Amino acid sequence: MSKQITFTIDGETCKAEEGTYILDAARKNNKYIPTLCNLEGIPPKGACRMCTVKINGKLVTSCTTRVTDGMQIESEDPGLDDLRKSILEMLFVEGNHLCPSCEKSGSCELQALAYRYRMTVPRYPFFFPRRNIDSTHPKIIKDHNRCILCKRCIRAIKDQNGKSIFAFLNRGHHTKIYVDPDLADKLTDELADRAVEICPVGAIMKRGDGFKDPIGERKYDKQPIGSELEQQL
Amino acid sequence: MEQQLASILDKYQHNPLRLMDILIDIQESAGYISEEAVGYIAPELNISRADVEQTRSFYHFFSKKPTGKYSIFLNTSVTAYMMRRNAVARTFEQEAGIPFNSVTRDGLIGLFDTSCIGMSDQEPAAIINGKIFPNLTPFRVKELIRDIRAGKSMEELVVEGYGDGENSNEDIRAVVNNNIRKIGPVLDPRYKPGEVIWDILPKLTPEQVIEEVKNSNIRGRGGAGFPTGMKWELCRKAKADEKYIICNADEGEPGTFKDRVILTERPKLLLEGMVIAAYATGATRGILYVRHEYKYLKTYLENLIQGAHERNLMGNDIAGIKGFNFDVRIQFGAGSYVCGEESALIESAEGKRGEPRDKPPFPVESGYLGKPTVVNNVETFCSAVKVLLNGGEWYRSFGTEDSTGTKVLSISGDCRYPGIYEVEWGFSVNDICEMAGAEDIQGVQVGGPSGSLVGPGDFDRTLCFADLSTGGSLIMFNYSRDLLQDVVLNFTNFFIEESCGSCSTCRIMPVLLRDKLKKILDARGVKKDMDDILAWAEVLKASRCGLGQTASNPIISSIRNFKHLYEQKIRRGTEYDTGFDLNMAMQDGMAATGRFPVTQS
Repeated sequence: MSKQITFTIDGETCKAEEGTYILDAARKNNKYIPTLCNLEGIPPKGACRMCTVKINGKLVTSCTTRVTDGMQIESEDPGLDDLRKSILEMLFVEGNHLCPSCEKSGSCELQALAYRYRMTVPRYPFFFPRRNIDSTHPKIIKDHNRCILCKRCIRAIKDQNGKSIFAFLNRGHHTKIYVDPDLADKLTDELADRAVEICPVGAIMKRGDGFKDPIGERKYDKQPIGSELEQQL
Repeated sequence: MEQQLASILDKYQHNPLRLMDILIDIQESAGYISEEAVGYIAPELNISRADVEQTRSFYHFFSKKPTGKYSIFLNTSVTAYMMRRNAVARTFEQEAGIPFNSVTRDGLIGLFDTSCIGMSDQEPAAIINGKIFPNLTPFRVKELIRDIRAGKSMEELVVEGYGDGENSNEDIRAVVNNNIRKIGPVLDPRYKPGEVIWDILPKLTPEQVIEEVKNSNIRGRGGAGFPTGMKWELCRKAKADEKYIICNADEGEPGTFKDRVILTERPKLLLEGMVIAAYATGATRGILYVRHEYKYLKTYLENLIQGAHERNLMGNDIAGIKGFNFDVRIQFGAGSYVCGEESALIESAEGKRGEPRDKPPFPVESGYLGKPTVVNNVETFCSAVKVLLNGGEWYRSFGTEDSTGTKVLSISGDCRYPGIYEVEWGFSVNDICEMAGAEDIQGVQVGGPSGSLVGPGDFDRTLCFADLSTGGSLIMFNYSRDLLQDVVLNFTNFFIEESCGSCSTCRIMPVLLRDKLKKILDARGVKKDMDDILAWAEVLKASRCGLGQTASNPIISSIRNFKHLYEQKIRRGTEYDTGFDLNMAMQDGMAATGRFPVTQS
């Protein structure tokens, strides 16, 4: 049993086991810190930067920083809120996110967070990039228009030998997700479902499967993102 | 093809950790890395095709398509343009009959752009099949293309005679020049290789070595300035069965080339420094990570390491010290600036994409293969040797209280004497300009693109960690230069090109800032665009590594220090701008119908 330690988030005292990542520790204390790339149970990557918090005035990602005894964490202040909103707006202009025609609408974390941060029109000009929809694989469709490069699929989806099916291709603003054609051919239904489920946006879709839940009855249609923690207070 | 691939895989024992070397060898032997090659090596290394693709696609010098029998990579750095790169590039295109980033139909010649290759004092420069061709002129380009068409060998293409010093060594034979202008205590040629290892190390405990280095107050020479003694001590105290010493010779900051000169002229000093660090920390293995652009030094450096083994300066029981074993291997990069960041460099040395890691843990706790690792700059290792030889107190007699010792500067741009200068910390920018014969200077880029662009008002500021911190790159610009167009835009494009793409902030924001800057340069900007740039750039502070955090420095420091240049470009009396250009938006339609607005001349 690890040592219990005490720390604060926005002045409120919290407790956690020593060595827990700040994001997870916050969750255990019913404190919501937004994230798009973090996923419970898989190694963190700090890719989206949404969970950035301030410690001693320094910006750190709470998904990759471990909490220590007496740590004072600032998570909600106007500066950090605007930083997170900026990141959301940047992600919106980087890709082609057309919510009304997207199968993920209502269960999309990007959309849900945009509502949470009261985003209307992004302050940045749209890139309107020309991107492909890759439908060459038997089980899944990869829509690059909607991808926010969070790396969840890279980290969470491995075949039975632990090999990567998804990977980053290229670098900088040319980066995109590569789908291993050989391994995607052998993808099980179970793993394909999991890939669709963990994708925070609608960039990985199951072939021949859609609109199972009617629009209006989806996860964030019923309950805003983060509220499941915040209601416990 | 399979036979060749098989022998490359055998050479690296089918080890996926050596994927970089494997891909480098394939690229060199075949001229590109084909789909088939990827498909062949993935199962042989017991990794997926995706694992190979992610590394292959990350590095600039790996190509999926053939790059030509003669692959010409022409530098795009600021200094190259200052020294008439445009005319050289145009001549290449005319003579080869193709635009850049393509290959002639017969597969003979490929023309490509590439970021700063570490030759800023002899631009414009190109790399052709790994060999450096500096000081290019349109005439020389015509000659080169004519000789290539005539079927001449790479050796025959060189007509200039080899460069000074060891550049003429039979293991190097490069046309490159050192341009050493000023020598200080670290680069002192009276150095006796192995002296510290043989005469001093056996008398000291590792703790005493660390104590002496701490006593010198030396800080990392790559730019970040972390205290070297403390780094070594942290690694010494970390418990592990194996530890690593890595030398960061990946200098990619545009305008820096000092490590190239040290690797050429004082490589034994560098290797000795690595051995000392190994002794101090208890490391048994070392990696010398050298940027791909300096691959022409490969044989030379390999033979020196071999020579160190023969003289018992490396290997087992070094210098007769029982149980002191240390060996170094060379790892080449493949074209990526961000690999100069220590954790990205480690990832790259493990055969992966050069994406910086989240910190903590720092490399001294968990570095190469998760083992405690010291990563130091070339110059830091060299300085450590002199600290041990002459004492920490001696070292502190140079420089300032906060920044002890000397710094090797790479000076280029508008000055009479570009090259390498080893100077004490604490000189002002004015001193440096006088030293390098730079007159009528409008601005100096201190510390490369990630540093800052300073104007005459700041020329009395001093070079040291507390004021103008620098990894050593100084580029001078006189009043004939258009700082925004030629410098700031070039550097911003550089950061866009070199971002690893992992952080949302660094992947997207520099593109937005570049587009704003271009709007201002196109005389379409208004005052609000400048305000937006300053406000928007804030998000970059939330990036993981120094590349992202400093990617807006060229724009931000130029807005601060050269505001008048922006004010000259923006539209006056207009506060509001939709950012929408009707003619631009209608371009496709106008072209299709052949109808253009009457206002267009």
